Amino acid sequence: MEPLIIEGTPKTPTVRFDADAGIIEIKGRSIPENSVEFYKPLVDWLEEYKKNPKDKTVVNIQLEYFNTSSSKCILDVFKKLEAIHKAKHDVEINWYYEEDDEDMLEAGEDYESIIRIPFKMIEIVE
Amino acid sequence: MNFSIEDYYADRLDGDVLLAYKGSITTDLINNVLDTVESKLQDFQEPSKVRKKVYNVLVESLQNLYHHIDDLPEEYKDRFESRFGILVVSKDKKQYRISTGNFIRNDKVPYLKEKIDKINACDREELKDMYKFILNHQKLSEKGGGGLGLVDIARKTGNKLKYSFVPFNDDYSFFNLDVFIDEVEKNS
Repeated sequence: MEPLIIEGTPKTPTVRFDADAGIIEIKGRSIPENSVEFYKPLVDWLEEYKKNPKDKTVVNIQLEYFNTSSSKCILDVFKKLEAIHKAKHDVEINWYYEEDDEDMLEAGEDYESIIRIPFKMIEIVE
Repeated sequence: MNFSIEDYYADRLDGDVLLAYKGSITTDLINNVLDTVESKLQDFQEPSKVRKKVYNVLVESLQNLYHHIDDLPEEYKDRFESRFGILVVSKDKKQYRISTGNFIRNDKVPYLKEKIDKINACDREELKDMYKFILNHQKLSEKGGGGLGLVDIARKTGNKLKYSFVPFNDDYSFFNLDVFIDEVEKNS
């Protein structure tokens, strides 16, 4: 399946979804006014990937900022990953946050408590 | 009731003003404001924690404004552009303040007021629960907001939302929202 690669902009994140490598990455800022439009291809890609996932999928989420409009879409991404996990495939979620950014750590904990896959919380120290 | 946009705006311009704007709230405006305020926060050499909070809350405040602005009252239509709103970001010794103002149709006032009062009555844990509940259970509205913005602002700032609705005419009120971000973070 074709990878999904999207270059980042000041308001949208860099996306790298690579089915062959089993890697799902979202990095940067996610603060668009209309996040549904941006996230739809990501959710659609995962829906397809879900049919034939790798034994192990590694998910790296490293966001500097995200708005509440994105937060629902990010949950949709996680829900797809949860379905893969439920189908007995290994899914590792790495949630990166910058040093001292308690809000971002807490945001990761919120998602973890909703989707019930353990997150690895990784602090980025400069 | 003699509400005047000019007086309201002037009242907001105390303290150290980083940015003040009145006019049409567009995507381009939002981008410009975010760039400007971000570089000013860099200049102030705020700790990254404070910088991020101000930026985050500003994004939510602006996008709330963007998604929820009503048409102008007839009296103002020839004086101001459509999608009219006011934004002032200022700073005093201890706090940043983000003020937004916009006209709102009177029929929407009770719902919004009730929502803010409910948020203001919550402690930290209750806000976290409310945020997670809305995140997990409510569909995104067409506008994309989904009702999380104000909860997120209250949660991130740890301060109460200060607001007023000033009756303007039979159909409209002017909605003012002041959000405060402490410079030195409170320990919760």
